[in-house]
Amino acid sequence: MLLTLFYTAAAVAVISTALVVTQLNAVHALLYLILSLIASAVVFYLMGAYFAALLEVIVYAGAVMVLFLFVVMLLNLGQRTIEQEQAWLQPGSWRGPAVLAGVLLTELLWVLATGSAAETGHVVSSKEVGIRLFGPYVLAVELASMLLLAGLVGAYHLARRGGRLR
Amino acid sequence: MAGLRQIAMQGRAVLGIVLSQFRTLWRVLGHTFTRADTVQYPEQKPALSPRYRGRIVLTRDPDGEERCVACNLCAVVCPVACIALQKAEDAHGRWYPEFFRINFSRCILCGLCEEACPTYAIQLTPDFEMAEYDRRNMVYEKEHLLIDGPGKYHDYNFYRVAGKSIGGKDKGEAEHEAPPIDIHSLLP
Amino acid sequence: MSVGSPLNIGLILGAVIATAAVLIWVERRLLAVWQDRLGPNRLGPLGLLQVAADMIKILSKEDWVPPFADKGVFVFAPTVIMVTMLTAFAVVPIAPDVGIIDFNFGLLYFLALSSLSVYSAVLAGYASNNKYSLYGALRASAQTLSYEVFMGLSVMGVVMLAGTFDLRVIVEAQQNLWYIVPQCLGFAVFFIAALAESHRTPFDLPEAEHELVAGFHTEYSGIKFGMFFVGEYIGITLSSAMMVTLFFGGWHGPLLPPVVWFVLKTAVFIMLFILIRGSLPRPRYDQLMAFGWKVMLPLALVNLMLTGALVLMVGSDA
Repeated sequence: MLLTLFYTAAAVAVISTALVVTQLNAVHALLYLILSLIASAVVFYLMGAYFAALLEVIVYAGAVMVLFLFVVMLLNLGQRTIEQEQAWLQPGSWRGPAVLAGVLLTELLWVLATGSAAETGHVVSSKEVGIRLFGPYVLAVELASMLLLAGLVGAYHLARRGGRLR
Repeated sequence: MAGLRQIAMQGRAVLGIVLSQFRTLWRVLGHTFTRADTVQYPEQKPALSPRYRGRIVLTRDPDGEERCVACNLCAVVCPVACIALQKAEDAHGRWYPEFFRINFSRCILCGLCEEACPTYAIQLTPDFEMAEYDRRNMVYEKEHLLIDGPGKYHDYNFYRVAGKSIGGKDKGEAEHEAPPIDIHSLLP
Repeated sequence: MSVGSPLNIGLILGAVIATAAVLIWVERRLLAVWQDRLGPNRLGPLGLLQVAADMIKILSKEDWVPPFADKGVFVFAPTVIMVTMLTAFAVVPIAPDVGIIDFNFGLLYFLALSSLSVYSAVLAGYASNNKYSLYGALRASAQTLSYEVFMGLSVMGVVMLAGTFDLRVIVEAQQNLWYIVPQCLGFAVFFIAALAESHRTPFDLPEAEHELVAGFHTEYSGIKFGMFFVGEYIGITLSSAMMVTLFFGGWHGPLLPPVVWFVLKTAVFIMLFILIRGSLPRPRYDQLMAFGWKVMLPLALVNLMLTGALVLMVGSDA
């Protein structure tokens, strides 16, 4: 039962990701990307990583993709971009990447077939995630937080006007 | 130091804004216990003041004559041009409208005609229930507009105070009117 | 993770949808009371059948899709808000043995679904292909994205005190002291963020009718508009239920049975939502964003810091 759910979610993720690439309309492509993210959240959930699954939905599907959608809507793409997309999807332009992706896929299938995939049946609690983040990975967390702080200060500087609270 | 004071001032301003939101909420909540200002309309009628601007009427003198002198001021001032009339003169020299027509489907009940009227003839009444199924029925002729009473001004009679001579009242005979001066005489 | 019985699930779903429907009438009557009017009182006792009349009217209207719209997305958008809001109800613990699921990340699940609900407004605005709708969608996305941050941060104080994301455990931890006492700052931030998330006045800028016609649902009519409408009411009910669960002790209360306490507390918050709609004016859009980032974010962070310090001082098992 769980295995069926897992493979269904995985199939949804793969198909929707393929559709992201082939969609001509940018907003439709983004919708498939959101669907793919939610499907991978379901995959995380089924593997017992509830925390990661929910963070995937909150951060990626709920916040980052909204920003993407925001920008795409602001760009006001029309018929012209659809034609451009059509031109990019000519066989000549996707043959190269497709061959490279196929190599990766066979590699993945090989790994799966040889059976070295880890089977985790255990549920990851938020406490465990926290201990890992502030234990072995504390340097990465601190680096990320410094990067974000720099981004915050930069954004504040760029958006500042006059310096008075209006 | 100046920065600190600025922060303190801003803080006080923000606190004032926050408190005013709560005050608003509290006062609106207080309206739970006030009576409704509206009424159950078709069963209960709202109390309208005598000066309410509703359906237009044409009034008469205390003597029972038409007040309207067909001066056309109401038709001129009407912003939607819904008043139409034609002047006529009777055997006594009184002016009156031959016809007087108000198209209530155009009328906006602004009351400018009442303000413009020099003889208190045209008046607005506290009646607003003028629904019709046929739009042509909204055009009121003189016989629909003319009422038998003096409306809001019981004692006013235009011809009794005006200098115009009509049958039975010559120049100088109106109330508070001096006799006309003989301009051909040299006496003061 | 225990799953409620099918009867339980059906009853809760039915109750939520019925509440959302009755709220149409409740809001109109309460606004009328506070504005010294009478409100709908003709149809049935106290005008309660007005709900049925509204439903019949909205269901029998022409279900029109404008020819310039992006048809698939246009039809899909209103379902998003209904689905996300209804599924989010699954984790709300109503009484000791009433509830749909007990999920040990219930609070995160609620945050995830409320962050997904923004797609409803954004996609509706995009698919309508109308400049006012697009403005509404842009406002909705920026506003929801900003206030989501504070909403998440404001409940972390509760998570620290209870030591879990499980909503049922959070309610049980409030047996002696409701979290509104130590978390009053967190509650203020959560309440304002909840107002903004559900696009209610004074934060209804995405549908500000005096400047954007009706914002993101300008082109919608009939049942699709009805879904936005009912979705908003379900959102209000959900937010109120979450406030009760997180800060006001859920089902705890003397004398009356737990379910009654939960329903009563939720009703108070729903009425507060309506009172705020009846009294407060709408801010300008830049004021809204400045308020969020310059007031709410620092407040949420201060609350988080103070709570952390308190928990550390008292002991990690507090």
